[in-house]
Amino acid sequence: MIRKKEWISMLLAGGRGSRLYALTTKLAKPAVPFGGKYRIIDFPLSNCVNSGIDTVGVLTQYQPLVLSEYLGNGQPWDLDRANGGVFVLPPYEKSSGSDWYRGTANAIYQNINFIERYDPEYVLILSGDHIYKMDYSKMLEFHKEKQADCTIAVLQVPMEEASRFGIMNANEDGQIYEFEEKPKQPKSNLASMGIYIFTWSKLKKYLEEDEADPNSSNDFGKNIIPAMLKDQQKMYAYAFEGYWKDVGTIDSLWEANMDLLNPNVPLELYDPTWKIYSRNADMPPHYISSQAKVQNSMVCEGCQVEGDVEFSVLFAGAVIEPGAVVHDSILMPGAVVKKDAIVEYAIIAEDVVVGEGAKIGERPENCPDKEAWGVAVVGAGIHISPKAVIPPKAMIEQDV
Amino acid sequence: MREDTVLGIIFSNMHDDTIGELTNIRTMGSVPFGGRYRFIDFPLSNMVNSGITNVGVVTKSNYQSLLDHIGSGREWDLSRKVGGLNILPPFSNTHSGIYRGRLQALAGISDYIESHRSQYVLMVDCDIISNVDYREIIKQHIASGADITVMYQKLDMARADLLDDTTAFGFDSNGRINDVMIGPTVPGTYNIYQNVTVLSRELLCRIISETSQRNQISFKKEILQNSFDRFNIQGFENTSVSLNIHSLKSYFDANMKLLDPMVRSAVFNPQNPIYTKIKDEVPAKYGTSAQVSNSLVADGCIIDGTVENSIIFRGVKIAKGAVVKNCILMQGTTVNEGCNLNYVISDKDVTVRENRMLMGFETYPIYISKGSVV
Repeated sequence: MIRKKEWISMLLAGGRGSRLYALTTKLAKPAVPFGGKYRIIDFPLSNCVNSGIDTVGVLTQYQPLVLSEYLGNGQPWDLDRANGGVFVLPPYEKSSGSDWYRGTANAIYQNINFIERYDPEYVLILSGDHIYKMDYSKMLEFHKEKQADCTIAVLQVPMEEASRFGIMNANEDGQIYEFEEKPKQPKSNLASMGIYIFTWSKLKKYLEEDEADPNSSNDFGKNIIPAMLKDQQKMYAYAFEGYWKDVGTIDSLWEANMDLLNPNVPLELYDPTWKIYSRNADMPPHYISSQAKVQNSMVCEGCQVEGDVEFSVLFAGAVIEPGAVVHDSILMPGAVVKKDAIVEYAIIAEDVVVGEGAKIGERPENCPDKEAWGVAVVGAGIHISPKAVIPPKAMIEQDV
Repeated sequence: MREDTVLGIIFSNMHDDTIGELTNIRTMGSVPFGGRYRFIDFPLSNMVNSGITNVGVVTKSNYQSLLDHIGSGREWDLSRKVGGLNILPPFSNTHSGIYRGRLQALAGISDYIESHRSQYVLMVDCDIISNVDYREIIKQHIASGADITVMYQKLDMARADLLDDTTAFGFDSNGRINDVMIGPTVPGTYNIYQNVTVLSRELLCRIISETSQRNQISFKKEILQNSFDRFNIQGFENTSVSLNIHSLKSYFDANMKLLDPMVRSAVFNPQNPIYTKIKDEVPAKYGTSAQVSNSLVADGCIIDGTVENSIIFRGVKIAKGAVVKNCILMQGTTVNEGCNLNYVISDKDVTVRENRMLMGFETYPIYISKGSVV
């Protein structure tokens, strides 16, 4: 017997993250490693648990293996529950109309049965590609207080950047009267964070109507939200303050990792009352040798550092041999940088081996052509041969 | 039911008195070690890695920290429907109570041992840090037809290493024990007992029943020393790296030996990982003035000072300008600006205020008790 829940969460984790290129060839974007020991999905999942949500459906589609294995029974997030817990929800065959998830709204539509089992009053829709800490229970209180049909979390962005976001135009008490996707001339700077609370009965109705419309692209931003606005449903903007970052591009993923090293960035991971949980590796503490230099960096367990590390994030089991230099870079789990290799402004994915004396990336100040500069990326499991030179902005998807 | 199934028994309180400073508030099994572990993680992980999934942990006193650490045994994959981990506190039946020796401890859990169907029992203490495959000793035990098999290591023992309860074996040409010394005093090379013993469950039950009737206490004295004529007791030589803990000094040295890459790779063999309680700490963060060399540092640390030749546990904070050399700083230690620490063992949650100087010596590290503010 499944007991009724006041609210449950549906986490959209099926996206390919094509702008992360080599980093997402074998895994979905939410499974991309972040911040030394996490994966991106740890942030929304931990937020759910810390906000008191004990039932989370994770909608997967693109390369679900790593993500499903990572989530397992949900125990690391305390989501191995007798009533509820975490559920991986891939598209499945039905007696009629089997289909891939065609859009964000369609993915939820295909799982109406799952949601109905818990008979929730409210459903929280999240995406698995943002880094932030947020108490969703405060947003739910706001939603209830306003007796809203839909509440959308918004962030004030600089006006000049507003045209890159979905912008909510709201009146003073937060009621949304207009939604504009990437407006050329934004009227406000309230950007949608892709976090929605719906009163379930309303959402269900709109999902069914949307599904019946053959011209719809079955997307929350493009279809559901505009349709509800058109019908003058009660839609509110919930203002969020704090750190929030979309890590959907190489640059933003690199920046968000570097933000962890910046004491002025308001993303506090050390807060014991709002821990970010993750599946931990069983590795000993990391070792810093006597030749090593480690400054302004994050280093995870199992690392072996014998070279020079600055402004970098080292994931579990990364190895930096003597004489190697790693500056302004991200080394994902198990990456090895051999003797005298130099890695600057680069993202080195899991289990990459950078051969002796190889050079990856470049400092921007040493790059005469500013257009040619960017963070270099080496995809998972790739071997870079000794003395090879990988230019800045390169995207390495096979052994060099 | 497989014939070679083994019940593991870990004695968490044996040898508590050898490092009284650290075991005042905890069992030997829950003494912190190596930056993120507790002693019991080693025998427990060894058992799991050797395929032993029925494990009883015998406790006596001060076991709250142990319960907190091992919980349901999930981190060791021992939270099972069939078998798994059992914590065996004293007073499990009306006749049992606080035991004085291993035989009494076993008598207190005789119901537990009898109720199992395992063929063999492997008994291990928490005073030796080693990454051992127990399948080897069990294999040898079965093949040799011995009644009891004990694990030993050939060691050069200095006078200071020889304690009252150090146990050394002599063997005849067939490998059977023909001499047992308890507390030898002359330095030299000995076959030192590692407090790891294998015997059949049926024999153990018989021993428990016989010895409890005679009010015998010591397994070493009554069974190994006085009964090697009666039982065929064989030795199994453990050749893997072992760190023996029998004093605060040896505790200090054992931690420091982890800085040696050979020792570290033997103890933390990635094929046989050592499991421990997960704390969900953030990776360690190094500041702009951090200078760290030859040290092991766990997750959750924030380091902005100088650290050399040290073992830094989870969640330690070392402020800018502080100097920490040759130290073991346990979980949650805070070292403030301008401090200078050399040869210090700080227990959990110690705070060292600004500009304090604490100097021990290699042969006599200073110990600061849990929660102290210096």
